[in-house]
Amino acid sequence: MSLLNSLPDYVITTKTDEVINWMRKSSIWYMLFGLACCAIELMHTGGPRADIDRFGASPRASARQSDLMIVAGTLTLKMALRTRLLYDQMPDPKYVIAMGSCASCGGLFQLAYSVCDGVDKILPVDVYVPGCPPRPEALTEGLLKLQDKIMTERWLSKGPSNGTSPTPTFQA
Amino acid sequence: MESLEIYNRAKEKFGDRILEIVDKKPDPFMVVDPSALVEICQYLKDDSATAFDCLSNESGVDYKDRIEVVYHLFSYQNRHQVVLKVKLPRDGPTVPTLENVWKSANWMEREIYDLLGVTFEGHSDMRRILMPEDWVGHPLRKDFVEPQEYHGISTVRESPIIRLK
Repeated sequence: MSLLNSLPDYVITTKTDEVINWMRKSSIWYMLFGLACCAIELMHTGGPRADIDRFGASPRASARQSDLMIVAGTLTLKMALRTRLLYDQMPDPKYVIAMGSCASCGGLFQLAYSVCDGVDKILPVDVYVPGCPPRPEALTEGLLKLQDKIMTERWLSKGPSNGTSPTPTFQA
Repeated sequence: MESLEIYNRAKEKFGDRILEIVDKKPDPFMVVDPSALVEICQYLKDDSATAFDCLSNESGVDYKDRIEVVYHLFSYQNRHQVVLKVKLPRDGPTVPTLENVWKSANWMEREIYDLLGVTFEGHSDMRRILMPEDWVGHPLRKDFVEPQEYHGISTVRESPIIRLK
């Protein structure tokens, strides 16, 4: 006899991990963090046409209220230290999307003396979105990829990683 | 007034302290003795025939054997412009500030100091403006060597193009 049959119609059974992850992925609050021209596309993504809000993602003004940092634009070395500080201020679990060529590898400016070529040198990056700048559709796809990643995380299962943050470790 | 006329007027007044007048398209310029720079600029600003009320640009150039600071002056009143240049040695270039003539010189001089290492004497706030405060060197100098890392962040990234060859 299966469990499902013994319950009335209005009861839904699921795994705790899955319902936690479903709630988390449906309310990814991202930090408003525009560094350069990619920020314009980031604004479009939050606007009415692409409307990233329908996936539960809404912008927050403070790092302390955010789950996701979308690094949108060229990261200079001067800004890199501040970016790391903002990332450290975000509460766990936290995610990073490197939006566009500059945030992914320095892009056009990677040989410049002042540019940190790739945000992955200072932060663990979950999703890279290529493009210069990426269209709002591309960034939305990046967010969906991140949602897929969130769904694979396990919070209650016993194991060495139990109780620790699922954020990937910092790779120098 | 044509810029050459203005240079000749200044030459009459300041004589030897205007080192050179170069009639070169598109912008004729005059090279000025650094010690007379403030005086000349004040004259060009105050004289009603020239009336340069705007320092539209101030920039620096590294020519490997010397450093030049270039001043573009514009007059909204008379609709004409001139270009002034100052030639400086590469070791310890120093030039008097124009902050007391045109206030807008402040940030442009800070930028030239930041990127080329020209010191402006009498400047009220001689700090870096673009690069981090703890940055070593002046990046637009031809002999600037990029550091390998900054606060533990490596500044080199292997080029994917080389790898694909």
